[in-house]
Amino acid sequence: MWKHHTKLERNSLPLVIAILIVVSIGGIVEIAPLFYLESTIEKVEGVRPYTPLELEGRDIYIREGCYTCHSQMIRPLRDEVERYGHYSLAAESMYDHPFQWGSKRTGPDLARVGGKYSDGWHTDHLIDPRSVVPESVMPPYAFLAKKTLDYRAIEDKIRAMTRVGVPYTQDMIDNAKEDLETQADPFAAPTKFQNRYGGKVLQRDFDGDPDRLTEMDALVAYLQMLGTLVDFSTYQAEAPENRR
Amino acid sequence: MSTQTARTEAAPIDAVLLFVTTGVLAFGALLATALSDDRLFRFHGWMFLGAFVIALSVMTVAITSGRLRSPQTEYADGVVRAGVIATMFWAVVGLLAGVVIAAQLSWPALLYFPDHGWLNFGRLRPLHTSGVVFAFGGNALIATSFYVVQRTCRARLAGGVWPWFVFWGYQLFIVLAATGYLAGITQSREYAEPEWYVDLWLTAVWVAYLFVFLGTLWKRKEPHIYVANWFYLAFIVTIALLHIVNNLAVPVSGLNSRSVSLFAGVQDALIQWWYGHNAVGFLLTAGFLAMMYYFVPKRAERPVYSYRLSIVHFWSLIFIYIWAGPHHLHYTALPQWAQTLGMTFSIMLWMPSWGGMINGLMTLSGAWDKLRTDPVIRMMAVSIAFYGMSTFEGPLMSIREVNSLSHYTDWTIGHVHSGALGWVGFISFGAMYCLVPWLWKKEKLYSNRLAEWHFWIATLGILLYICAMWVSGIMEGLMWREYTPQGFLANSFVETVAAKHIENVIRTIGGLMYLSGAVIMSYNLWRTVRMPSSAPSAQSLAAPAPALIAAE
Repeated sequence: MWKHHTKLERNSLPLVIAILIVVSIGGIVEIAPLFYLESTIEKVEGVRPYTPLELEGRDIYIREGCYTCHSQMIRPLRDEVERYGHYSLAAESMYDHPFQWGSKRTGPDLARVGGKYSDGWHTDHLIDPRSVVPESVMPPYAFLAKKTLDYRAIEDKIRAMTRVGVPYTQDMIDNAKEDLETQADPFAAPTKFQNRYGGKVLQRDFDGDPDRLTEMDALVAYLQMLGTLVDFSTYQAEAPENRR
Repeated sequence: MSTQTARTEAAPIDAVLLFVTTGVLAFGALLATALSDDRLFRFHGWMFLGAFVIALSVMTVAITSGRLRSPQTEYADGVVRAGVIATMFWAVVGLLAGVVIAAQLSWPALLYFPDHGWLNFGRLRPLHTSGVVFAFGGNALIATSFYVVQRTCRARLAGGVWPWFVFWGYQLFIVLAATGYLAGITQSREYAEPEWYVDLWLTAVWVAYLFVFLGTLWKRKEPHIYVANWFYLAFIVTIALLHIVNNLAVPVSGLNSRSVSLFAGVQDALIQWWYGHNAVGFLLTAGFLAMMYYFVPKRAERPVYSYRLSIVHFWSLIFIYIWAGPHHLHYTALPQWAQTLGMTFSIMLWMPSWGGMINGLMTLSGAWDKLRTDPVIRMMAVSIAFYGMSTFEGPLMSIREVNSLSHYTDWTIGHVHSGALGWVGFISFGAMYCLVPWLWKKEKLYSNRLAEWHFWIATLGILLYICAMWVSGIMEGLMWREYTPQGFLANSFVETVAAKHIENVIRTIGGLMYLSGAVIMSYNLWRTVRMPSSAPSAQSLAAPAPALIAAE
């Protein structure tokens, strides 16, 4: 065996090829099945692609590096389910390009933060975290409330999402800007927007500043829908198709 | 390429090729910058353009003055010297960023500025991780690999001026990544945050790196490829594979800084942690093991302890490491079979890891007395000890039940830092302490006393850091799951945040000590460079090969 190894030690190309083969096996065995095993993602009702405003909010969440301190993945452990809500399902992040599960909880999990606090609380908390949670170590995001949302690229963003398999329709792409403005305007007609994204979508002025569409509007809109899509009253965790 | 006749007549072809490539890229950068309406994309477009224009000017002067020759009788050490300087520079920058964000978590009211988002933790944290892993660690690896591959092959680096492209291309990657994080350009994949166009740039640089390294191996005058080069090769090849697959994305448009990942949710998570864990495995482990396999025997003047152990642990390490990613996703929505596979291989990984530790430490047998007198050897020995410690802790934390406590807590941060500060940092510092006198032809370091100070301050700093994180991590993990006798959760989340204040402060002090050590070292190295030279003759290829034949 040692004699055979000498061949690799004396020939760089066979050595490179051997390294490539050896390091490929584990990844292929672990990752490839996730793309074709049907049990990987549960069958649930309610998960939909993000609305244009939520998508812009999610991009701000990514831009500010929120994932460095907040997870979006509730584990099926008693204390986590009691603290944060139902454990997270794979289906809930099936349209997340990229995923936001996180790896560290310097702050609490946000997978189901939607609807837990008022818009006003979120805005105050983002502007000055210690004004509502004195012991918090979170950075302040006051500038979000001052910055007008730049959503010139929203159609391109949604089109890119369709290329990686998110089921947005052409109708959604064409009306992305209108839908975005509608969602942040409590007085806009909701019908078309709701036809496209469902009756449960939130439509209001999220940041308490009705005159402007700010980055705060988008981020709060995103936070307020997190974890609210799946109807857990109809979800059967013990059903054979959901057991993993 | 550069024969004797060509040397007097024409510019070397490799330099001309690089010049033309840079010119084309500069034009492309100009077009992209001019046409884009994305502010952030234009910001980076200008940086690309500026870098290419500077490169073009420098190359114009260098080519016309005939400086870009590559005499095959001499080692290419200029690029290694530049690498040493870059390594120390980025070490200080990366560590400083770490100290700043540690201080932010200790004193949030003082160190955040509501209107300056670019100074917030979320933007500085990637700057710290990339700064340390890729800027400091990556430069240390490129510099030492360029040094080691030449010495162990007895051949000048292949590719003429292209090693310089690798060096400066990599610095440009670092600057783009770092400024991108501050400006808010990120794809939020941990340790792979740079956006698609920076990823493409790094891919080009990395392919050039692979070919420079392989090309040097092809030119070698030694029949045998030295063990350090197996590890360097595995590091370069596998990082290329990981980088490309993990960064597969569709740009929002060709002129927009944002992209969307090709994968989503559970698949995306596993691919990211397949990448993330193997950035640890192949950059922070295999690459630095290569460093260990050259610099420890060289400094101790002892042969590698066991040749067969190096074969066994090399192949088992690279085979098993790649499976370990799912242990970052225990109890998540990742299917349990994948979690179990990841945990099983993580535990198996303990053995090849300790194979490397034993091979490194036992290389010192017969030279143990040097631990007393040579702070550089001691630093490398302690680094191997930290490697052993953190590669025991890792498999422990990958067990699902342990992970249910440790995941999401500071324990993980402590674990990473015992590996990063203890193993990666110390073995790199050891290698730099060796390299500077060798490269600048000095008999010894400027001051052994300063190296002693560095060693002790940094070691104490690491111990403060990791002990603080063990305490705070296990404490917060236990507090999260603590129940009152009535069956209610005992602590609100913010109580667990407040409870960590003292540990955060101790962590900041530990990090500051480690940073001070690096500053002392930089001063020491700078004074070493400025000492009068001892050996006047340049080290040439005719010099006898270093006695590095492994013990059979």
